[in-house]
Order: sequence, then structure tokens, then C-alpha cells
Amino acid sequence: MTAQTAITHPALEVRDLALEYRIGPDWKSALRDINFTVERGESFGLVGESGCGKSTVAMAIMHYLPRNGRVTQGSIRLAGRDVTDLSPRELRDLRVNKISMVYQNPGTALNPSIRIGRQVEDVFELMGVPAREREGRVRQVLDKVQIADPIRVMRRYPHQLSGGMLQRVVIAMAIASRPALLILDEPTTGLDATVEAEVLDLVRDLRDEIGTSVLFISHSLAVIRKMCDRVAVLYAGRLMAVGPTEETFNNPSHPYTVGLLRCLPSPETGRRDETTLDTIPGFLPPLGAEITGCIYAERCGNVQDICREVEPELIPVPGDSVSRCHFWDRAQELPRTVPEAAPRRERSEETLLAITNASKTFVQDGAPVYALHDIDLEIRVGETVALVGESGSGKSTLAKVLLGIHAPDDGTVIALSGKGLSAKVAQRTQGEIGAIQMVFQNPDSALNRRHSVRRIIGRAVRLLRREGRKETDDRTKNLMREVRMGSQHLLAKPRQLSGGLKQRVAIARAFAGTPALVICDEPTSALDVSVQAAIINLLAELQAEENVSYLFISHDLNVVRYIADRVAVMYLGRLMEVGSSPRVFAGPHHPYTEALLSASPDLEEDTRIRLEGEIPAASNPPSGCVFQTRCPRKIGVICETVEPPLEEAEPGWFKRCHIPIEELRLLQGQPPAEVTADPATT
Amino acid sequence: MMGRFVLRRFGLALITLALLSVLVFIGTQLLPGDVGRRVLGPFATQESVDALNARLGTDRPPLVQYTDWIGGAVTGDLGDSITFARPVTELVGRALINSAKLAALAFVIVVPLSIWGGILAALRRGRLIDRLITVGGLSATVIPEFVSGIVLILIFAVTLGWLPGTASAPRGSGFFTQMRHLLLPAICLTLVLFGYIARITRAGVIEAMEADYTRTAILKGLPRRVVIRREVLRNALLPTIAVVASQMGYLIGGLVVVEVLFSYQGIGQLLYSAAQNADFPLLAGGVLVVGAMFQGSMLLADLAYSWLNPRIRLAGSG
Amino acid sequence: MAQPSHSAGGFRLTIPQATRSQRWQVLRRSATFWVGATIVVIWVVFAIFGDFVTPFDPLGTPADVLNRLEAPSGEHPLGTDELGRDVLSRVLAGARQVLTVALAATVLGTIFGTALGLVVGYAGGIVDEILSRILDAFLSIPLVITGMLALTALGPNTLGVIVVIGLVFTPIIAKTVRAAVLSERQLDYVTAAQLRRDNGLYVLFVEILPNVANVIIVEFTVRLGYAIFTVLALSFLGFGIEPSIPDWGLMIAQHRGYLTGGIWWPVLFPALAIASLVVAVNLVADSISQAFE
Repeated sequence: MTAQTAITHPALEVRDLALEYRIGPDWKSALRDINFTVERGESFGLVGESGCGKSTVAMAIMHYLPRNGRVTQGSIRLAGRDVTDLSPRELRDLRVNKISMVYQNPGTALNPSIRIGRQVEDVFELMGVPAREREGRVRQVLDKVQIADPIRVMRRYPHQLSGGMLQRVVIAMAIASRPALLILDEPTTGLDATVEAEVLDLVRDLRDEIGTSVLFISHSLAVIRKMCDRVAVLYAGRLMAVGPTEETFNNPSHPYTVGLLRCLPSPETGRRDETTLDTIPGFLPPLGAEITGCIYAERCGNVQDICREVEPELIPVPGDSVSRCHFWDRAQELPRTVPEAAPRRERSEETLLAITNASKTFVQDGAPVYALHDIDLEIRVGETVALVGESGSGKSTLAKVLLGIHAPDDGTVIALSGKGLSAKVAQRTQGEIGAIQMVFQNPDSALNRRHSVRRIIGRAVRLLRREGRKETDDRTKNLMREVRMGSQHLLAKPRQLSGGLKQRVAIARAFAGTPALVICDEPTSALDVSVQAAIINLLAELQAEENVSYLFISHDLNVVRYIADRVAVMYLGRLMEVGSSPRVFAGPHHPYTEALLSASPDLEEDTRIRLEGEIPAASNPPSGCVFQTRCPRKIGVICETVEPPLEEAEPGWFKRCHIPIEELRLLQGQPPAEVTADPATT
Repeated sequence: MMGRFVLRRFGLALITLALLSVLVFIGTQLLPGDVGRRVLGPFATQESVDALNARLGTDRPPLVQYTDWIGGAVTGDLGDSITFARPVTELVGRALINSAKLAALAFVIVVPLSIWGGILAALRRGRLIDRLITVGGLSATVIPEFVSGIVLILIFAVTLGWLPGTASAPRGSGFFTQMRHLLLPAICLTLVLFGYIARITRAGVIEAMEADYTRTAILKGLPRRVVIRREVLRNALLPTIAVVASQMGYLIGGLVVVEVLFSYQGIGQLLYSAAQNADFPLLAGGVLVVGAMFQGSMLLADLAYSWLNPRIRLAGSG
Repeated sequence: MAQPSHSAGGFRLTIPQATRSQRWQVLRRSATFWVGATIVVIWVVFAIFGDFVTPFDPLGTPADVLNRLEAPSGEHPLGTDELGRDVLSRVLAGARQVLTVALAATVLGTIFGTALGLVVGYAGGIVDEILSRILDAFLSIPLVITGMLALTALGPNTLGVIVVIGLVFTPIIAKTVRAAVLSERQLDYVTAAQLRRDNGLYVLFVEILPNVANVIIVEFTVRLGYAIFTVLALSFLGFGIEPSIPDWGLMIAQHRGYLTGGIWWPVLFPALAIASLVVAVNLVADSISQAFE
């Protein structure tokens, strides 16, 4: 082919791609009729829920499928070359020079027994860079991904670096050859919010600098929206819609996109007392399900007879987009599946649970680890307190201390409705045990996979209520109804239930003994977006019905903003800020909260506060304020020497910071005090 | 960090050995009841039984017996054999040298062969050669040495007459004659060990080949050969080291049967005759030495493993 | 392992975990399983009904001495042994001895090992540490030598063989079960049981045990293979079996001296019987562990 035609080729062209996996004896269709094009210099997003085939698309492009996968149809052209029929040598050449990839989970992506420097150097060796230039090039490229001390990092082994650092190394390897196409497969999933923000900024800067085309794969609409020019929405192995990002999300032409967007709480959504979240009913069809008509018909609120008979093509729609929907023009008229009216609830100022002067020290390899320090928190009857912070901040430890699983250090006082509570669950009364229950993050782990739903819930009812067989059975069925499940599920094993139903069972179990406080530890983060909304609605309804309080642990600030009445921000085992949810989100913020909020992918880069360095080890916390090593607002020696107390700087708003509130207000560009009245107090 | 690990590992080995010595002591001095009676049989007079018990010291309280025995063991004195009337240390030492020759030959054959077989099976996963190596190797592993030994003797010694059917070469034979005699018993041991080591190697290689870092290496464009040599084998063969060392135990167990079958004067044969003759001091000393050797080889393997593994070697020095 | 991440859109091309019926499907399709299972069943049948199918009395009659060491013929297809007993009858009858002893020993070891493993895995801490040390001590001596040692001390008897092998298996199986329990214990359903202050025994036997059952089944079949191996090695060495009982290991031991004289049948046929049984048991064990893992 001549140079001239090469120029006109897009970076990536996927045509009619179909792919199957062998599961047991059968080949099941995993991708069908995939068509999209990534233009030169473009950032293209591939978004979809788990199991929709996003990663499979990436692996097909890299020509690296698992042993049980095969492409059955279609072509994948990289700069005009079809990758499906390359010789091994050509394929290698392609991977060296033209296309590279960044993976989810950087912790396992690098060889544990080879030094970082050597692994990066490989890339240059393969590119044919002479030996004496390589070290310099390695240093350069590590520099480029903003690794502060490249020489030191080159001598390290992967296990000695943090996840964020490793992802920078992987990115460095990927961009070393200035590839024509860079594939990023969930590159920030599993990283903390502040680290994620940094990595995303880095990717954006690098793309602008080297002008490579990017295929960005993510389950997060917010991340895709921030990173991509155009986007394709994938569902059950098929493309539902393709178009410019703004158009696709602001003027969606497919009911699935509309549904997804409505499921997600955002800063614009009202709070839980104002509106429910809309949901997508039904389930993702199983892999390889043979469905006539539109694959989304079963879950679509706009469905017509023709949808069940004829599968729609990708239809061109206004705004330079395509949509796989017969009725694309009516997509945004999709009826709500859940009434908008939020459940009404009563709240009181009465304190339900108070934990004072709490600390928890673990001993690891003979050295103390200060997991919690000087925690004072109260939860009122019927309210939701959100616990926010990055991994390692002590959120789960605090939950386990409240539950009596971890005994706190001496001096900690826990009181339930004013009465002292034993530190150990074994010493609590039956009523106290039933009063504090938990919903876990991952229902697969939380439900015994060998037990039926009836047994799982029934056992909790029996032990927490100690009534007769009949009452136990009635209560079990009642709980099923309360979590909106039919009694046909009573005999099912968790394996037979979808992720959302499993989480409902776990919620029903937590409510077995009429709890006063339910601790929800990331109850929706293992679930897909479409399921998440239904679970949040359910929790809100149950709260209204049962007048229960929640301690809601989450890293998703949009969910927190929607559901929480008050927010507590944790860092390195300390509470940094506590206040009503509107007040915490409105500011002025504690500098750490400020950094967390500005890490949200919804925001533009120029308003971002970047955190330097890594979260210190809890076994060796910094002197003075624990946040001072990374604090962008640090004021001086006092931060390094004196740990600030958690003080009530405004009525109902607490901060652990030396900086006076007025100064924070100025620093954060907030209008003066009298204008920002706290919505909660008005 | 490494220093602390070595110390800890060494301490554990010592504790295990101490426990082992107690078990051996219970097995050889307490379980038999009246040791003198067991040695001399039901028809011996009570006087001679008492005399033997007095000579062996088995009439003393157990705790005294044990401290005496273990104290001797530490200084290299394991008492005298009843049947051979010679120091146990001397008998065991000589037998160990013979067994070491046989074991060494078996290891020299089996280690490269089985590792190569395991790698080959992993790389040709699911193909015929893989099935042959895994199913064939597994079958060979589970057939007792005396069964494969009998078949080997029948074919190579009796029918074909190529190799001697006994392992002991005539006194003063040269190296090659000795090796010729040792070949059949060594092959018996090889058959048992091959499948096991090959399997572990195969599993390690497959795990490494499916690891994310191998995917990274392939997708960065490294040639397959380099990926396998540098990324896969380096990580996959680490566990194999530990497995090879742990096979020392099975090897010595196998030696008993093989040495009896091929009439070879090694540690296995010695323990066998000690057991047959109820020679409790010899049995106790022999088993203790075998256990100590096993612990020693495990210790070495662990140290080698952790030294080669940067995750352990550099633990905590981030 | 500590926190199984199920983040949405994980890279792993997750293939749903095999269900019970899928596991049997895998097994049903496995040729090695069927070959192994068929041979095992045949030997089990001989072990149970041996008395009815053997052409001659495997224990022999005084008159047998007249036709000692006869080569295979129409009357004695596998020849006769040094006492003139029919080798075929003795080989067929020999299945009973090894199978009962090995099975009993394995069952014993599995029951004790499972109980111990469950308790230790759940209790953890110092108990765990102690068990590991005892296990290491046990494992420092090869099983055959432990058997020899114990049988020398106890005197030879079949029950002794069963108890010794069973006891040595106990910590080995316990260690496997313990590891499985430890990883189960990380799961939140155990925490949930704690949060309703459930009975420790209920948690152990009703919550955890069913989830580690696969591990135990696999371990059992693998151990059965080792038990057969050890029983035969011990009987070959002359430990633990009364000489008159038809036993493959003993038959080989008694007749191997005749090999050099060209008399191979009383040795080769029991050897083949052993080979077929152990290989078959291990084919079954192997296919089960592949289907279950």
C-alpha cells in the first residue's frame, strides 16, 4: 500500500466483529456485530457494565484471546492492516511499535522478579534502541510519567511500589514507542480517588503531547465522559449506541443509555428525600443467550412488539451518532420505572449510638499499627451517616469496632441509646446484637453459597428473635417481601440469583432482628450501575419504614451526596471533618476533603487539588497533623508538630485542622460566610 | 529482614527436630513396652531379659532415658546396635554413603528430566504429549517401586541380561561398574519421582503463563522464547525447588523398598533389618538421622527459595 | 485472597464457576475417569465376591504342594506358587486385603483429619502453630519407615497398619482442610454468623464444612492412592500382614527369589494387579480433582 492511502486510514477500524467463548462443551457468542472506528488522535471510549464484553474487545484488538475464545467473523484494522491474519513476526512488530496497552490492576501486570528498570528497558530493546542509549531513554520516559526519582524506581521490584506508581510505570512502557493506538482497560479501577485523578490527568496530558489515538475502556460513565471524544455503549456483547461523547450523554438516543444515566446520582440529582433514583428493571441476559429481536427489549420501557421480533441495526441518528433502537427518537421519553416520589421519613435529634475517644491499635510483626485514633462520632435515630475516605483510612475498622468484631483499645466508650455497649459482640445482649447489623460489600462473600435463601435469612431471624418455628418462618417471608423479593426465591441458592438479588438477601438478613443501626460497607460498589440504584432506593425505603439509622461507608461521593444526612471524612485512622452532608459538600472544606472532592472525574482539571506523595503507613504516622505530609494548604511548623483536635468550628460542623475557617474559605475561593447559609439549618 | 527470616526458619527446624525425636523415642522405647522381652522373644528367661534391659538402660524412667539418648545424639553417640554390636553412628554413616550414591544417581536422572517434561507438557498443554507426560507420569508415580523394580529386573536382568539384578557391585569395582549396578534401582526411584516433579513444574509454568505479567510481556512484543525463558520459567521454577527438596523424604522411603529388592547395603536396608530384628537403638538412631537430613534439605530449599524471590528477600525494605 | 475484588468491569474474562452438575458433566466426559473407575469397580467386585469367583481355594489345600511352581496352563492360567496354590485365585482374592486396609486407613485419616483441620482452621493461633510443627515432624519421616517403626513396636497386625496409616494421614489431611477453612473464614458469611452470635459448631459444621467438602473429596481420593501404595509396600517388606492371607505385596516378596530361575508368574501377575489398581485409583483421583478445582 502506498504512503498516501495509509494517511487516510483511521487508527482503528473494527468491522462486523463477532467472537465466541467455549464454556463447557458449547461455544457461546460473546460479541456480535461490533462496528466502530477510532480516528487518528482521537480518544474513543468503550463503556458498559460488567460482562458486556468490553475487555474482550480489547483483547481481540491485541490479538490475545484466552484459549477458549475465537473470532468467528469480522475484521480489525489497525492503520489499515488487518490484525486477524498477521504472521507471528508481524504481530510482534505491531505490538512493539504500533499498539500498546495499560491494564486494570497494575499490581499484577509487572513481573515480580524483575527490576522495574529492566522491564521498561525491554521496550526500548525491542524497538531497536542501541544498548548504551537505553538507560537514558528509560529515565526519560519515567520522567515523562512524572515519576519523581526515576533512578531509584528503576532499581525497585514491583512489590516495593504503590499501585499508583506501578500504573505510571505500565503507562511509561505503553507510551515508550509512541504507539499509534493506546488501549487503556479500566486503568484506574481499584485505585483510590485521588490516585485515579492523577493517573487520568497524566493520560490526558500524554495523549495531547504525543498525539496517539486512545481506546479507553471503563465501566464508569464519568471517567469516559471526562476522557473521551467519542464513545460506544456496549450491552450484552452488542453496541447499543456510538457517537460523540457530549451527544451520547447529553442527548442520548438509546433507552439503555438513558436508563444508565438516570441510575446514577449526580450533583444535579435531588437528594434522597426529594426523589428516588430511576432503575433499569430485569437482568443482563446470560452469555450466548439466543434472543430474537432486540437484546435489550426485555428491560426496555419503550418496548413495542416489533422490538421482540426484529433486531434493530445500528441506525444513523442526528448528531453524528448511531443507535441500535427502532424508536431512537423516543429514547428520552423513556418512562420512569420507579415513581419519583421519595419515601417520607421522620428524623429525630435523639442520639442512637455514640462512640467516644475510640482508638484501635493492631500489632503486626511486633510493631503497633494505629488503625483508629481519637474517634468521636454520634449517629442519631433514623439518620444516615456516610463514612468517606481512601483505602487504609480505617473506615472498615471503625465499622468492625462498632459491631464488636474488633475490640477497641482501652478508654473507648460506645453507647447505644445512652447505655454502655460491650466492646465484644460475645458480651452483648441479644437485643444489642440484633440492634447493630451489617450489609457487606460483596454478597458473594457474605452469603453462604451452599445455603438456601430461606436458611440464610431464617437462621438470622431465629437467633436474633428467638421465637417459635412458625413466627420465624413468617418473619422470614415478611423480610423477603420487604426487600421486594418473591417467595419463589426462598429455596434458591445464592448462585441462582443475580448480584442485585443477592444483595437484597443480605439486606433482609441484616433486618432480621429489627435493627436500630445497619452498617452498610460499600453495599453497591460490587454491583453494576443499573442494580446499584435499586439497592439504594431499597435502603432509603427501608429507612423510612423502619426508622433505622445507617452508617454508610462509600468511596462514591455522588452516592454519598444523594443518600447521606451527615458525612464523616476519615484519613489515616482519624476523623478529619464531620458535618451535615450539604455543609460538607458546599465547603469550606478540610483540605483533605477538598482534595477528595476535587478528584471527582466530573470536574475539570484546572480546579483540581493534587495530592503529593503517598498515604503514609499507619504503623508510622507523620508527626503533628497526619495529613501534613501531603497537605496542599499546609501553613507551617505548627502542622508538623501539633496534631489539631477535632473541633466544632461551626454549629454541627467539625474539622481537624489548624487553619481557621475564614482562611479556608478564602483559600478555597468561597464567598464570605453570610452568603453560604447551611441548607440543613435553614 | 533476610537475617530474621533465616533465624526464624532455623528455629522452626530445630523445634520440629525436637518433636521428631520425641516421636521416635515414643515409637522405639515406649510403644514396644518391655524392650528386652521384644528383642529376645517370649521364650527367653526373665533374667536375660532383665539383663538386656539393664544393658540397654530401658529399665530406667522414660524421662531419664530420653534425656540420655538425646544428649548422646547431640554429641554424635546414638548407642550401639543390638544385632551388629557396633555403634549406631558408624553403621548409619556407612549406609548413608551407599544410599547417597544411589540417591545422587536417581536425582541426576530425574531432576532435569522431570523439569524438562513438566515444561514441555505446560507448553503443549492439552495436546497428546501433555497427556502422555501427565497421565503417564502420574501412573508411574503411584506404582510402588517394588512393582516397577520387579518388571525392570524381569526385562533387563533376567530376559535381556543387559544389567545386573542386584545393586551391590563386587568389592573394589570401578565407578562405572558401580553405576551399572545402580542403574536399575535408580530408574525405579526415577519413575516414582518423575511424575510428581513434572506435575508441579507444569502447574507452575501454566500459572506463570497465565499471569498478568506474562500478558504484559507478550503484548509488549517480546518473542515467545524470551517470554518463556525470562518471564515464565524464572517465576515458575521457584516452587519447583522446594518440591524437589521435599522429595528427599519420599526418596528415602523409596530407598527402603528399592534397597531391599536390589539387596543394596544402604540406609533403607539398614532400617529394614533393624526393624526385622527389633534392633531398637539402631532403628531409633537411623530414623532420627533420616528425619534430620530431611529437615536439613527442606531448610536449604526454603533458604534458596527465599533468596531467589525478591518479594521475600527485600520484604519491608520498600 | 483477603478481599476478592468484584469491581464492575474487571479484566478477567470470568467464566462462571462450575456448578455441581457441570462438575459431573466434566467427569462424565473424561476418558481417564471412566477407565480408572471401571478398573476400580472390577477390583472392588473381586474384593467383595472373591470367594465365589476364584477357581481354586486361594488359601490352598495340603494336596496343592504336589503341583508347586507350575507354569501357566489351561488348568492354572496364571500358574501356581511355591506351595502349589493357584496364582489366579490368590491374585483375585488379594484385592480384598489391600482394599479393606487402605480404605479403612483412609477413612480413619479423613475423619480425624477433617475434624482436626476444621477446628484448627477455625480456632487459629497457637493451636494452628502446634499442629503445623507436629505435621512437619511427622512428614520428616517417610510413611513406609513410620509404618515399619510403629509395626515393629506394636507387633505385626492388620489393625496396626490401618491405625498407623490413618494416624499419619490425619495431620496431612488436617493441613489441607485447615487451609481451605482459613480461606473460607475470610469470607463475610462467617462474620455475619459472628454478628448474630451463632454457635461455633453450627458455623463450623453447617456453614463451613459444606463449602470445603470438595477439597475433602479430592484429598480422600488422593490419599486412598497413597494408602494402597503404603499397604503394599509394607506387606512386601513383611510388615503387618499374616503370611497365609492372600496379599499381592507378600506374594511378590515370597517369590522374587525364583525370578532368576525363570519362574516369573507368581511375581509378575500380582505386580500387574497392583499396577492396574493403583493406576486406576489415581486416574479417578486425578479426574475428580480436575473436575472439582
